[in-house]
Amino acid sequence: MAEIQLKAMAHSYIENPTGPDDYAIRQLDHVWHKGGAYALLGPSGCGKSTMLNIISGLVQPSEGDVLFDGKRVNELSPRDRNIAQVFQFPVIYDSMTVYENLAFPLKNNKVPAAKIKTRVHEIAEVLEIEDKLHKKAKNLTADEKQKVSMGRGLVREDVSAILFDEPLTVIDPQLKWKLRRKLKQIHEQFDITMVYVTHDQLEASTFADRIAVMYDGQVVQFGTPTELFEAPNHTFVGYFIGSPGMNIIEVERCAGGVRFDSTDLPLDAWQADILGRMKSNNIKVGIRPEFIEISHVATDDTYEAEVRDVEDLGTYKIVTVKLGEQVMKVRQSEEFDASIGSHIHLSFPKQWLMLYVDEFLVQGQQS
Amino acid sequence: MNKISDNRAWWLVLPVFLLVAFSALIPLMTVVNYSVQDIFGPGQAYYVGTEWFKEVLTDQRLRDSLIRQFAFSGAVLAIQIPLGIGVALMMPKSGVKGSLCLILVAIPLLIPWNVVGTIWQIFARGDIGLFGWAINQMGMDYNYTGDTLDAWLTVLLMDVWHWTPLVALLCYSGLRAIPEAFYQAAEIDRASKWAVFRYIQLPRLKSVLIIAVLLRFMDSFMIYIEPFVLTGGGPGSSTTFLSQTLTTMAIGQFDLGRAAAFSLIYFLIVLLISWLFFTAITHADKEK
Amino acid sequence: MSLTLENLSRTVDRVDYVRDANLTFEAGSFNVLLGRTLAGKTSMMRLMAGLDKPTQGRVLYKGEDVTGQSVQRRNISMIYQQFINYPTLTVYENIASPLRLAKMAVSEIDRRVKETASMLQIEPLLKRYPLELSGGQQQRTAMARALVKDATLVLFDEPLVNLDYKLREELRAELRDLFRERQCIAVYATTEANEALALGGTTTILHEGRVVQTGPVMDVYRAPVNTLAAQLFSEPPMNMIRGRVTDTEVTFDEYSHHALTQELAKLAPGDYWFGIRPSHIALVPANDDDLEMSMEVALSEISGSETFMHVENSHFEMVMQLMGVHQYHTGAPVKVYLPVNKLFVFDNDEQLVHTPSRILGGAL
Repeated sequence: MAEIQLKAMAHSYIENPTGPDDYAIRQLDHVWHKGGAYALLGPSGCGKSTMLNIISGLVQPSEGDVLFDGKRVNELSPRDRNIAQVFQFPVIYDSMTVYENLAFPLKNNKVPAAKIKTRVHEIAEVLEIEDKLHKKAKNLTADEKQKVSMGRGLVREDVSAILFDEPLTVIDPQLKWKLRRKLKQIHEQFDITMVYVTHDQLEASTFADRIAVMYDGQVVQFGTPTELFEAPNHTFVGYFIGSPGMNIIEVERCAGGVRFDSTDLPLDAWQADILGRMKSNNIKVGIRPEFIEISHVATDDTYEAEVRDVEDLGTYKIVTVKLGEQVMKVRQSEEFDASIGSHIHLSFPKQWLMLYVDEFLVQGQQS
Repeated sequence: MNKISDNRAWWLVLPVFLLVAFSALIPLMTVVNYSVQDIFGPGQAYYVGTEWFKEVLTDQRLRDSLIRQFAFSGAVLAIQIPLGIGVALMMPKSGVKGSLCLILVAIPLLIPWNVVGTIWQIFARGDIGLFGWAINQMGMDYNYTGDTLDAWLTVLLMDVWHWTPLVALLCYSGLRAIPEAFYQAAEIDRASKWAVFRYIQLPRLKSVLIIAVLLRFMDSFMIYIEPFVLTGGGPGSSTTFLSQTLTTMAIGQFDLGRAAAFSLIYFLIVLLISWLFFTAITHADKEK
Repeated sequence: MSLTLENLSRTVDRVDYVRDANLTFEAGSFNVLLGRTLAGKTSMMRLMAGLDKPTQGRVLYKGEDVTGQSVQRRNISMIYQQFINYPTLTVYENIASPLRLAKMAVSEIDRRVKETASMLQIEPLLKRYPLELSGGQQQRTAMARALVKDATLVLFDEPLVNLDYKLREELRAELRDLFRERQCIAVYATTEANEALALGGTTTILHEGRVVQTGPVMDVYRAPVNTLAAQLFSEPPMNMIRGRVTDTEVTFDEYSHHALTQELAKLAPGDYWFGIRPSHIALVPANDDDLEMSMEVALSEISGSETFMHVENSHFEMVMQLMGVHQYHTGAPVKVYLPVNKLFVFDNDEQLVHTPSRILGGAL
């Protein structure tokens, strides 16, 4: 187990990168602590797989250092870094049995046979594949194969970290639940550093204690699932986390707050204060669909809006509303009822109204 | 009213069917016809039943050449398959080097059989051939026209030179089809080079290898032109393989009935072994 | 104008891919086939398209038998998991290809291609080649090609599976809007219950080649005919508890005893399965007669906006879907509350005998 540190690390697949666009990963510093469960979350092409390959040693960063427990490992291959990795598609040795698959990394490390046996059985028990040990690995189902790939990482006691590259892609939704739960239990039980790459926010947030959201080669936020949800540091995080994503509205300055169309939104004093000192005119406000409140009666703090659509998603409803020219989504409980075209009243609780200048969150002293 | 999908497409198969009929079935029937009759001339044919077959099966000359044939094909497979895999493993994976390698390896495949025979006939000669001369210079007594073992080895060497590239190319394509993740996983599992070969590459080459074995077996089992050009089947009859025995019988001695019966047996052997391989292939596919 | 499957079966090597399916798809409808991998979704679509021949039964279109009639003769589009485009043609030519095959006038082709491209927001990409595009753009191109020819039957075979989560969400919404005004029959296969809910329309649940249930999406969701339908159409799966009803009380797994109130009082004595959705279990009681159970936290998964809490005791295991953040350590004791009026009840044969009344007849 190790602490993994990326120091002034950047990577470009081009030999002489000139601008930031030439980088798959722009320069960053980052620490993955010992025994943490982390996720790297982002859309395809954001650089998350490159990052994972740099940690594992399959790719060498073009700039900066990768440190394992403070030791520079840039030039070390995955085998020398003691990294285990689980790939998107299950990689198993078809000609071997499940037992032989699990024993393989230990045999390669010349572990004594008796020790191999106990260790393999131990891991098989954790993964609930004990009854499959003597089956040929190629006859397993996709989720069992993925468990075997995982098991090959877990059997090694010297492993410094386990990396997961979208490991649940080929698994049926019903089984995803079970496997994700298994992963989490394994993490609690073994206390191994785990980094999990995915584009699925639910997978990331249910697996990881802390999530690094990547966008365009940068880590735009590194925080707990709750932080990402409640205070997205970047408009992209707001959009990407949550389903549907945050309502993000382009606004301009006005006295005491901001304005869009003919709607004035008052801001907290500290927000207005900071905004007044900034020069940029790229101003946006964001509020999560979960935090907009709907009522059928107007008060001083409400805004009248028209209901455009109500989508029933079983456990909740998504209401599309139009305020001025601005279309917004609001999440309501499954009991909510309103006819399309009717008028309702929205309010935006101040603590959930986020202010973004140049796409980054304006943060107050308290946060 | 249960409409079945359009059946007119079967007409498209007609030309192939006719071609096969003319090129294979009709000549084959002629052979069958000959194999059960004794023909002296036009109008002078006598039905002899299975007589020719009995004779062929007890003919010492044919037995000898059959044994030689199996020995040769066995040796061909034993050398070319491992060698082909080895060459494929050593070839660069991509880039200019890879393409260059592919072309170099493929060259022997582009040379016609009789030219291959001629090349080696000259190449292996002790007086003017570079290969034969070099061997003799090393102090070894080498003469493929006089010595049985030398002749045998030369024919084998020629075949290896000519056809190993085919095996190598097949394996090369098979190796390229293995996803990179498998190598990465093996690297992470700290597998040795040998373990990578044994547990990743070899299992995934299985179906390609079955095809390679089948092709090389059939081809070597029917070898004719190269030894004919190189040694003429000699010295003695040491490099006279089945097809040459057959030709001598049919054309040299004009022993048509016996030759026909022999052809059929020959054909059946090839068919039987090909069938065995074919079931092996389909079996391998099913397991996936 | 409708497509009907009549006693349709397909068996290959004694394996049933589709078993005795009877379904009708109306023009202008959006139909979702929901089922796990190998449930028979693709097989059924191939039968509809005429790519495969059924071993039994018929496919009727507008009342006419079209069983096994080739795709070329019928106006059908199919969109696959993989992004299938012609790599050597530009996006424009890719979209235009079915129209060119139909020998349509050039001006009409141009009009339609541009219209479809703008609908799918790929107009700026028309001159590019498929391999220069992102996955989402490639799939949009494939969809545009399928939609441009005004097919009478459009089949989607898990078209969004290979896309990013966020892109999926966007394309799903677009698809739903696109098909609102169309008069074709759309059939969409998916493994995800949430996708079926988001797409709306008619939902057909398939399992091992059989149709488990079919109907308007909310009808199926609110009244699953049996435990299988309930499990398949719920993400996370519906919690199922074994229980026995006597004259005076209901006992779960011979362990947890509760008085019979409300609708439960109407149940005849006997053994039942009780189902409750993860989102309906609460940590605080909402009514006096909520069924209280003592559990332990097995795992608390926090997604940011909600928490999936796995709870268990020596007898049951349940998943709860809670709004907001609820941080609990593994092993922490909790009391959970099951509202009586949200319980689904299934009989011993796992058939639905009681639907929570409040959901069906309440605010809606």
